[in-house]
Amino acid sequence: MALLQTNNVVKRFGGLIAVNKMTFSVDAGKIVSIIGPNGAGKTTFFNTLTGIYTPEEGQIQFKDHSLIGLRPDQVAATGIARTFQNIRLFGSMTVLENILVGMHIQLKQNAVDTIFRSKKFHEEEKDAEQRAKELMAFVGLKNVGNELARNLPYGGQRRIEIARALAATPTLLLLDEPTAGMNPNESEDAIKLFRRIRDEKGITILMIEHDMRVVMGISEHISVMDYGEKIAEGSPAEIRSNQRVIEAYLGRGAAVAHEQKA
Amino acid sequence: MKTLFSDLYKKANTGFWPIVIAFVFMIVGTVTLFQNPRSLGSFLVLMTTPVILYFMKMPMKIKVFIGLLIVVIILPVIGIKNIFILEVIFQMAVFAALALGLNIVIGMAGLLDLGYVAFYAVGAYAWAIFGSKQMSLLYSIPGAAPANAEFFLDARWFWLFLFLGIGLAALTGILLGLPVLRVKGDYLAIVTLGFGEVIRVLALNLDKPINLTNGPQGITPIQRPPLPPEGVLMFFRSFLEPLVGHEVSDAEFYNVMFYFLALIIIAIVIVVATRLEDSRIGRAWTAIREDETAAIAMGIPLVKMKLAAFAAGASFAGAMGALYAANRTFVSPETFSFQVSIGVLTMVILGGLGSIPGVIFGASAVTLLNIQILQNLSLYLSDLRQSDAVIPIINFAWKDLSNQLDPAKYQKLVFGIILILMMIFRPSGLIPAERRQRELGEEKE
Repeated sequence: MALLQTNNVVKRFGGLIAVNKMTFSVDAGKIVSIIGPNGAGKTTFFNTLTGIYTPEEGQIQFKDHSLIGLRPDQVAATGIARTFQNIRLFGSMTVLENILVGMHIQLKQNAVDTIFRSKKFHEEEKDAEQRAKELMAFVGLKNVGNELARNLPYGGQRRIEIARALAATPTLLLLDEPTAGMNPNESEDAIKLFRRIRDEKGITILMIEHDMRVVMGISEHISVMDYGEKIAEGSPAEIRSNQRVIEAYLGRGAAVAHEQKA
Repeated sequence: MKTLFSDLYKKANTGFWPIVIAFVFMIVGTVTLFQNPRSLGSFLVLMTTPVILYFMKMPMKIKVFIGLLIVVIILPVIGIKNIFILEVIFQMAVFAALALGLNIVIGMAGLLDLGYVAFYAVGAYAWAIFGSKQMSLLYSIPGAAPANAEFFLDARWFWLFLFLGIGLAALTGILLGLPVLRVKGDYLAIVTLGFGEVIRVLALNLDKPINLTNGPQGITPIQRPPLPPEGVLMFFRSFLEPLVGHEVSDAEFYNVMFYFLALIIIAIVIVVATRLEDSRIGRAWTAIREDETAAIAMGIPLVKMKLAAFAAGASFAGAMGALYAANRTFVSPETFSFQVSIGVLTMVILGGLGSIPGVIFGASAVTLLNIQILQNLSLYLSDLRQSDAVIPIINFAWKDLSNQLDPAKYQKLVFGIILILMMIFRPSGLIPAERRQRELGEEKE
């Protein structure tokens, strides 16, 4: 059974249909990508999945519960963590603290433990700090734990965001254009990191990505969106040769020319 | 010039020098203040000692020793000679607690609350209504109280009301928060501003249909918590009186008691605020301040955590409100004007949003400025006005100086100037917030 299954999800903004009848599924343990031209509704679809938007129609099923009507924090608590297209870190907190915030759901200390500094509090904090350090090492952040997140270079900030999402020990990780703005070397490293997240931590990955090298290099399944609708899905090879996908990206005329050349 | 100063500071901040400096400030301040208890200069010298203790390097034990010496022995003894000193410190502690509470709401959680004084009012009125004769006067016309009215509760109930004040203020915070937290930023500021006024207007008008607050006249007398038993007082008298040189009256003991109560509460408030800040809860607040969307995606329930911030911030004000009502034995709606909210905000901004030591410093500095420095300037000016002195060169006689130029009337101006200058030159405050540095076991390059 699919880990995440959506059925005819519709999201409208006034008269604009941003996501139209998306039926879509992600199998456990896979790396799945959603691609599509700018404005195709990919990020809106992500936001609908994570509870930032409530869809007008349709169902979203994750594991064995429905996500419809849940607030983003409740969605996060079911085991979905995400990163953002334009990095959203807690800039004036340290790198380590950013990761600790990611553990919010797991930590059980309450106000009484906090104020009286109970044994439970100390143990939990120590344990959390240890885990945060491990996560920093896992994503390749060295010697920056005490730096303010906003002082790190772009690539480092991307890594923090991923570490913060991993800190929530999710079953499904949503990455929104995780390699945007990276050079080919950095993208290569990112691909390796995503593979390790799946292979070593067993976390299913669903990502939106524009960089075709990344998409084709890592995805096991690709869905293509255009004008809010899913126009194609399949393996990278299938997508590469799909007529509608080429049309969506290049326009009909160019697609025909492309055909003739081939 | 600047480098010269910082070099000098670096040199002074090594070895045993900090200890020497702290002792010099303490002793000079104490001795001169002992001889001349009304001297503002000596008081400022003495009050610089805690700042030195905080900033300069010296063993923790010595810091604690000097700190306790000043707080537990020097200030109470001098305070009995000049009661105003204890009053200043009492007010500093009250405002520091308010500022620390507001700091949780604005500094940590980033919710601009301009009606913070409301929670202070709730704590104060809670004890004012039950700790006075007001409960027996519910059905009498304000101002026409029967002479034989009795206190509703025994004075000892104050201790319970200290906690009830906390609870009631926290509850008010939650009740306010529930509808209000749907709005953000500027809108939140305006709604809370309105709420602060609503509470004040309620206090002003709840003398009808039943006389709960006694309206604009305010409630008085409010009971003070009882002094310790006579035996304990005798013990203190036995060594205080030779030091002070006159008999210590009950009124003076009350001042010392309120001074210590305020210090105990502020100590608890500081501990609670510091511990909350460095925990899952405090991190969640800061995360909300930094980026709500990212925070909620990390599983932080926004409404619940914002309510918690409101409640925690309000509870500090509630406790101090109850203490304030007992100390003044009088409350009136005037005490809880919008001005106070802005004053506390000024303290938070001057010290540094989100910075606990900064906020304490800001509260102390602004309080000192308000009730000591401006007042002293006023006194000085009025002395000049009564003299025949003339400003040379421009040939201006001091006695022609307008009464409107009385510095004590400049509170609002001073708040305004502080806010403007801070926002332009030091938006993160005099002692900016710092994140805790953890031991990470990483090698430093």
